[in-house]
Amino acid sequence: MDKVLRLSVSPHIHSGRSTAGIMLDVIIALLPAAVAGTVIFGLRALLVIAVCMASCVILEAIFNQIVKKEQTVGDLSAAVTGLLLALNLPAGIPLWQCVIGCLFAIVIVKCLFGGIGYNPVNPAITARVFMLVAFGSMTVQAFPTVVDTVAGATPLVSIAEGNVPNLWELFLGLKGGAIGETCGLALLLGFIYLLARRIITWHIPVSFVGTVFLFSFFMEGFDAIKALSLILSGGLLIGAVFMATDYVTSPSTAKGKLIFGIGAGFLTFLIRYFGIYPEGVSFAILLMNILTPYIDSLTAHKVFGGRKA
Amino acid sequence: MSFFLNGIHVPHRKHTVDQSAVRMPIPKTITLPMSMHIGAPARPIVKVGDLVKVGTPVAEAVGAVSSPIFSSVSGKVTKISDVLLAGGQSVPAVTIESDGEMTVDASICPPVVDSREDLIEAIRMSGVVGLGGAGFPTYVKFNVEPSRIEELIINGAECEPYITSDSLTMTERADDMEYALQTMKKHFGIRKIIIGIEKNKKKAIASMQMLAKRIDGFSVSVLPEVYPQGGEKVLVYHTTKKVIPAGKLPIDVGCVVCNCTTLAAIGTYLKTGMPLVEKCITVDGAAVRTPQNVIVPIGTSLAEVFAFCGGFITEPEKVLYGGPMMGITVPDLNAPVLKNTNAILALTAKEAKLPKTTACIRCGSCTNTCPFGLAPASILLAYKKKDTERLEKLSVETCMECGCCSFVCPANRPLVQTNKLAKALLKETRAKETSKNG
Repeated sequence: MDKVLRLSVSPHIHSGRSTAGIMLDVIIALLPAAVAGTVIFGLRALLVIAVCMASCVILEAIFNQIVKKEQTVGDLSAAVTGLLLALNLPAGIPLWQCVIGCLFAIVIVKCLFGGIGYNPVNPAITARVFMLVAFGSMTVQAFPTVVDTVAGATPLVSIAEGNVPNLWELFLGLKGGAIGETCGLALLLGFIYLLARRIITWHIPVSFVGTVFLFSFFMEGFDAIKALSLILSGGLLIGAVFMATDYVTSPSTAKGKLIFGIGAGFLTFLIRYFGIYPEGVSFAILLMNILTPYIDSLTAHKVFGGRKA
Repeated sequence: MSFFLNGIHVPHRKHTVDQSAVRMPIPKTITLPMSMHIGAPARPIVKVGDLVKVGTPVAEAVGAVSSPIFSSVSGKVTKISDVLLAGGQSVPAVTIESDGEMTVDASICPPVVDSREDLIEAIRMSGVVGLGGAGFPTYVKFNVEPSRIEELIINGAECEPYITSDSLTMTERADDMEYALQTMKKHFGIRKIIIGIEKNKKKAIASMQMLAKRIDGFSVSVLPEVYPQGGEKVLVYHTTKKVIPAGKLPIDVGCVVCNCTTLAAIGTYLKTGMPLVEKCITVDGAAVRTPQNVIVPIGTSLAEVFAFCGGFITEPEKVLYGGPMMGITVPDLNAPVLKNTNAILALTAKEAKLPKTTACIRCGSCTNTCPFGLAPASILLAYKKKDTERLEKLSVETCMECGCCSFVCPANRPLVQTNKLAKALLKETRAKETSKNG
């Protein structure tokens, strides 16, 4: 035999999609929010982003080294976690707290459970909640918006005073909050990019935000403007588009995704209106993360030609 | 109940489309393995030293599911010994040295077909098996109570990348197909015939629409270009909206599915008496200098076919029988062209490159692209634990092994590969249980 041929089981071609490619698309989709955050909150925001991304990547690399696991930082998922966490923090946060948050996200939530694909809850969301509890007084400024917008003149009064552009300012992100969560426009661009690249489907973001809108609309006496301002407030958009759609911790099927989105929306509404915390998006996603395996098993596809259940 | 069957968009790479087939020169030797079909291997009826001609039977069918084999050249039997097939089984094979004459066997004449039984026997004696790739002996499919056949579904989907030989059958062998169909209509009482073709095969569709004008009850169903459109259950569903239950056959919903080239081969036999001795195959892959459709005597070595197509530009990394989604790799180029070979591909290292396998990120691509709605990622987990109960619940046996799941998996996990193992495991477990209880 002059030439050895490779033997393998079909298929012999591949779509070319890869985990790293997907993560890169998520990073690209987050860039508008990162840029907007830097413009709105200054270069300090950029520093927070850089520190978080670097911390997450380095910590995962070190962890893999210590436990002698194959290096996984090349899949860019640690970078995504770092970026997402940073965008959920206020620009003024002490950098040492950033590092602690990253340590929690990457080592405790992700690596100790087995690394990418094995974490039961979203690392960035869980770290955000952890930081809120651990460094409450300093991080709470990342959660002010719902209270703030409701505190001053209500939108109804604002409209009466001819202040309609407030909603537009809200959409552009000219308000307090975490680095990446304030600019609705930037997040919308990211959402469109993720849809166009078929990284995510519309189901979770639309059902999540839609549910919050409907309940707010009802609670605010059918005031669409006020309900809209509540949609644009807090971490709802970044949570619904980027955190709730994390593959690992959300359901796989369309039906499951709708249940997840509606559930997260309902929980957000409950916490916002009846809980002691002003913002409920993170808690809502975290709770739905835990329910994901159950939703998945309830909503598995019906097998073609399968036995009738 | 209505389903939406998912699938994937594969790269077409049909470089040889709309090219006429080229007949290759007479090969020096041919090798005929006794197993070119599903079922019992055929039994050789020639001895070393026997003289054979084109169409001379060299092996007879054994048992209810088998198929006879005929010489594709004239010459002398030089060897009968075991060969290793690409699938790993070892079977006897008859080697014939060609005399370069291609003299046709004098006994070749059209079969006399006056009844349903005659027609089934004729299809059996034609040596025709499922030429789409499966190799299931065709006469077995038709050997049912005629009233059970509500529809004959002809498979002209040709959804695998590269392959164009079925398209060529539809454009150039419509007469052979017609002859077979008219005979079947007469003796099997088939009233409804539907041919399913993917919509990008314009010429084939036009040719079959012409044929539809000549045959009563024949219609062309134009299908979207979604792999695996040619999967039996997918095709039946898209042409008739009938759902074949898991573990059942098309006939259980009143359908017989037959590939278009299979039909043409039956037509040739009924018309001329020449059994299946040659195949039109697509020769392609980036390693091949001149990709083209070639008419090849069955048993010709792949080496000779590739040499006829200008040899290799670069050394191939993998050589396949069939398309890149479901094809089987061959260990070396001495492997012969078989009855059910519809294409041979020589893929370069670049073409055949697969990404590294990494951890599952639960993206759901596998279950969302599976035409049957299976959950390959869950099947993989259950297989690792050898949890046969869970595997059964996940209906792994429904898997047609189309490979969509592995194709789309961003972590390139061995999903369809594990499905195959899981199916084998279930079969084995069941056999053990039966032997324990029996």
